[in-house]
Amino acid sequence: MKVLVPVKRVVDYNVKVRVKTDKSGIETSGVKMSMNPFDEIAVEEAVRLKEKGVATEIVAISMGVPQCAETIRTALAMGADRGILVETDVDLQPLAVAKLLKAIADQEQPQLIILGKQAIDDDMSATGPMLAALLGWSQGTFASKLAVDGDVITVTREVDGGLETVALNLPSIITTDLRLNEPRYASLPNIMRARKKPIDNKKPADLGVDPTPRLTVVRVDEPPKRKAGQKVGSVAELVSKLRTEAKVI
Amino acid sequence: MAVLVLLEFDPTGIKQPSRSAVAAAQSLGEVHALVAGAGLGDAAAAAAKLPGVTKVLVADAPALDHLLAEPAAALLVALAPNYSHILAATTAVGKNILPRVAALLDVQPISDIAEVIDADTFVRPIYAGNGMATVKSSDARKVITVRAASFDPVAAEGGSATIEPVALGELPGISKFISAELSKSERPELTAARVVISGGRGMQNGDNFALLEPIADKLGAAVGASRAAVDAGFVPNEFQVGQTGKIVAPELYIAVGISGAIQHLAGMKDSKVIVAINKDEEAPIFQVADYGLVADLFVALPELAAELERS
Repeated sequence: MKVLVPVKRVVDYNVKVRVKTDKSGIETSGVKMSMNPFDEIAVEEAVRLKEKGVATEIVAISMGVPQCAETIRTALAMGADRGILVETDVDLQPLAVAKLLKAIADQEQPQLIILGKQAIDDDMSATGPMLAALLGWSQGTFASKLAVDGDVITVTREVDGGLETVALNLPSIITTDLRLNEPRYASLPNIMRARKKPIDNKKPADLGVDPTPRLTVVRVDEPPKRKAGQKVGSVAELVSKLRTEAKVI
Repeated sequence: MAVLVLLEFDPTGIKQPSRSAVAAAQSLGEVHALVAGAGLGDAAAAAAKLPGVTKVLVADAPALDHLLAEPAAALLVALAPNYSHILAATTAVGKNILPRVAALLDVQPISDIAEVIDADTFVRPIYAGNGMATVKSSDARKVITVRAASFDPVAAEGGSATIEPVALGELPGISKFISAELSKSERPELTAARVVISGGRGMQNGDNFALLEPIADKLGAAVGASRAAVDAGFVPNEFQVGQTGKIVAPELYIAVGISGAIQHLAGMKDSKVIVAINKDEEAPIFQVADYGLVADLFVALPELAAELERS
């Protein structure tokens, strides 16, 4: 079966981000960009399904500025077969992303779409279930384990109190949690090979989608800063201060 | 127009994150609550007692067992025309169901709000809480998840809402619950606890988390962990506090053997009082801690347990 894997280009998770001085957003110029970590897990899972003979073709999709092609190349180097880049300079929010992905799914007819559970930039955690809704498909969010058996996929989900296992009719949407797998590093030969794999360029209009954002960012503020407090010299002093000064125990 | 809050509950009552969502909803209009599932028992009665809730809608049907996203979203979409805002807490349940509802309504959801400015404008954290974005929605109907740690929950008692059953239409049957493996613990839930004690990579292995237990017992605390401790396999993922785990804001947060990566700070920096115990005095956790103890945790934890026992 065909598997689609959307991948997002985000500020690298090691970067200490800063709010712009004009409060219009987060400073992203000159900052290292990488694939969203949960999307790496999604690519890895798709590649493992192909290695097991379950998946036949993996299509990596990214959306946004032309440099998103680099994120697709990373997925291709990990083992995806081809890419689709939807190029736009509009600030894409999850609803628009879900609509664009639905249009691509209508053309590509995959049986499975694997996404990260959240992007570490906007922390929305929304695109996966939204795409499932638009396609009318089942959804297995926060997956830590999955197994395909015929036209059903069994998914173990990370929920607040532990784990939940559900059986979903295919086609289906999966979103990845941390423990689904550990993504591989692309080898040099695979990085070279990835350069020859095709990436198809599209625009939102080609897919019949109006990507206009529904949320306007009025401003972005720095979070309230916590001040460093005091060092205590011993456990006894700590307990005494928690009792008499902070009064929390 | 009224606002609708999807509630979560357990046999002891309405869960605290949902009561925080009700608190957030109160500033938006008259609050109706929805309890949904199969064999609801006392949940509707518990919901009717929440202060500020005027009506409780009850959807009790086998198809809603375990509140799978596909039927639950269909139910909320059917109820949506009567409401200006649909809310739930930012929990595994809320994050699973509400974006699905939003897409079906052609609405951009507003995830994890920390503040209500007005009916269209909200503040929400981005980049692991390193920015607080004020966003204004142009959608006619809003679909919102609420950061429970940012709103004081309404009390569990004091209200007297009317209870009304929902007439259910056809619900999609494309998913099936198989099983749940929920950790059994006598301790309070992480997101509801007054005190949280968390261990990090410095704990060295899962067995050493036992050192946190006598302290947690004494303080009535929940036990949490950093992502590093979860990734290392010391404890299950439901212990995780941080950007990709649970967000907590207890009265007292004790971080043990946690260096203080920004992803962890994102999950606990709104705690009222933070204590850090770490042998590395350069650890970033000390920059946010009210009380820092530079010490070997394997010495300090037994001492702390004994000191709390003494008095």
